Amino acid sequence: MSQLLPPGFFTATVPLNAYLILSAILFAIGAFGFLFRKNIITIYMCIELMLNAVNLSFVTFSYQFGKVDGQIYSFFVMVVAAAEAAVGLAIILTIFRNRNTLQIDEIDSLKN
Amino acid sequence: MQLWLIPIFPLLGAVLNGLTGRRTSQGIQSAIAVGSVLLSFLWVLKVLSGAMPLETEIRESYFTWISSGSFQLSVDLVIDRLSAVMLLVVTGIGTLIHIYATSYMSHEGGFYRFFTYLNLFMFFMLVLVMSGNFLLLFVGWEGVGLCSYLLIGFYFLKQSATDAGKKAFIVNRIGDFGVMLAMLLLINTFGSLDFQAVAAKVKGMPVEVSVGVLTTICLLLLLGAAGKSAQIPLYTWLPDAMEGPTPVSALIHAATMVTAGVYLCCRASALFEHAPIAKDTIAYIGLATAFFAATIGLVQNDIKKVYAYSTISQLGFMFLAVGSGAYAAAVFHLVTHAFFKALLFLGSGSVIHALDGEQDMRQMGGLRGKLPITFFTLLMGALAIAGFPFFSGWYSKEAILASVYAHSPWMFWVAVLTAMMTAFYVFRTIFLTFFGEYKGHAHPHESPAIMWIPLAALAVLSVVGGFVFNVPHFLENVLPAQAHGHDFSLEVIGSIAGLVGIGFSYFFYIVSPGLGDAFASSFSGLYNLVYNKYFVDEAYDAAIVKPIARTSRHFLWQVFDQGVIDEGMVHGAASGAMGLGSLFRLLQGGIVRNYAAWIVLGAVSIFSAFALLGGAR
Repeated sequence: MSQLLPPGFFTATVPLNAYLILSAILFAIGAFGFLFRKNIITIYMCIELMLNAVNLSFVTFSYQFGKVDGQIYSFFVMVVAAAEAAVGLAIILTIFRNRNTLQIDEIDSLKN
Repeated sequence: MQLWLIPIFPLLGAVLNGLTGRRTSQGIQSAIAVGSVLLSFLWVLKVLSGAMPLETEIRESYFTWISSGSFQLSVDLVIDRLSAVMLLVVTGIGTLIHIYATSYMSHEGGFYRFFTYLNLFMFFMLVLVMSGNFLLLFVGWEGVGLCSYLLIGFYFLKQSATDAGKKAFIVNRIGDFGVMLAMLLLINTFGSLDFQAVAAKVKGMPVEVSVGVLTTICLLLLLGAAGKSAQIPLYTWLPDAMEGPTPVSALIHAATMVTAGVYLCCRASALFEHAPIAKDTIAYIGLATAFFAATIGLVQNDIKKVYAYSTISQLGFMFLAVGSGAYAAAVFHLVTHAFFKALLFLGSGSVIHALDGEQDMRQMGGLRGKLPITFFTLLMGALAIAGFPFFSGWYSKEAILASVYAHSPWMFWVAVLTAMMTAFYVFRTIFLTFFGEYKGHAHPHESPAIMWIPLAALAVLSVVGGFVFNVPHFLENVLPAQAHGHDFSLEVIGSIAGLVGIGFSYFFYIVSPGLGDAFASSFSGLYNLVYNKYFVDEAYDAAIVKPIARTSRHFLWQVFDQGVIDEGMVHGAASGAMGLGSLFRLLQGGIVRNYAAWIVLGAVSIFSAFALLGGAR
């Protein structure tokens, strides 16, 4: 990474804390959205948001410590997220076809 | 020398009969039962004939049983002179009684079950006498107790028989508890349970004048011995044990198992020699038991009960000898007693058999002509136990009396009085059974040869056993000896006591038969006291059994078991789990968003805890 960018590219302009705070804010938005929104698509997007918030902190630390581990993890997360998008969207489509709704509180036929 | 074969043969017999007895005939079962015991008898003879004069012990160590820190215990079988004597008695008399029992039990149900138990008993008894340490001895000790219980309760449909079995077992537990504590103390004191190691270490210790650890060990061992050998205060089980079949009474409750207590005291003689207080206690217990049991024996009417009290009394004699330091004399009396008491029991069994199960001597009489062989052999046994000169019992009893006199003269006179009573009650059984008129209604017939041949063999042993086997001389080097000379006048006094007892008995039951009843009615208070065995059973019942039963029922059962265990712990655990479950059920409502909320809450609380506590360092 340090070869691609000029040395001090990030640290000179933006401090490390800013990345972490941004990551925390994104994660909190995702978590609250997941907890309080009713639409499945929104919830789904919130999950993606949380994943990417984590990715951001991975990459930040990776750069900070000069190791590639964090970037590898973030690739893994992306791969999993892509797979999840494929399966998840398929499930959401099926649910909508069968139930004609995307409100999460109405899909509770497994309860009791 | 393959010592392990000796106990293994009867065990194999028990296993074979126990597993196949349902499908085999009585002939095969008898062959297995008698054959296995006979094989171990022959093996004992072979081992001994190769090892005589047995100056040093034969020890075979098979495997390490317990290895815990510095404490080591291996499974050892040992034959020294003491166990050689015991082995010959156990296997020899055991064989004779097995032969007798094949005929005696032939009309009883559970024939193979009987011989399974009897062979199992032989196995445990042989383990007991061949063990090289206290713990293995205890294994045999418990095993014979178990077999005794099974055989006393052999007629398990009879309430009195099962009660007697339970009584024997429970009373013996009291003694076993003493032996167990003694073993723990031995480990604590000597770090070993091996007879030889303990004896060697005791030699270096001073004789205890006051009560110390050795005295405590000895008293605990004595408790065990008193339980097994039916001494005061634990003798009450033995008379009831007569509920078992007669061969069992002869083998277990006269000749072998009940002498285990005496054997234990002799095995631990090194300990007792260093604990004079315990030794004196043995002498007092033995003397008291011998005397009181003999007085009870005077008035019983059941022929087996008389012999049972006689056994207790004779065991008391052996304990008296041990307490006087005459261990060899005790073992000598043990041997001759095994001869004549087995004979008396088997003979009484023959009488009972002939009379279709009648045991009350008042219903007998005049059987001399009907059962000539039984009469003659029983007479030999009676003469032997009465101490008639030159019969086997005479030799051993004189040996005991001489050592008791050296120990304490007043004990000697009580013992002489007891010997007189012994002669009296034994001849009372003979006179009531075989003389006078027959008072019963059965048709007496002589027993078959397979029953009277063992009787004859035992009769021969009872007559010549004391003269032929000089047991005290044989045991001189293995048991602590007691120096005293032959006192001719003591022997005369002992002999006269026996003869006087026989004479009194003759006078009471032959010359003027009504005299006994007249005595009983004119001293009815004393008579009733003795006839009811001094109400010891009733006293134990009121003082120990009833309170225990009451506490068990009203506290242990109704309060502790039902209240604490059932309600508190069992039901409490169930309702506690249900309560917790219904609480946690709220967490698992099936709404994924709630779970997520819990996860977020959890994560937040963990992170805030980290932040507050300063993070992981």
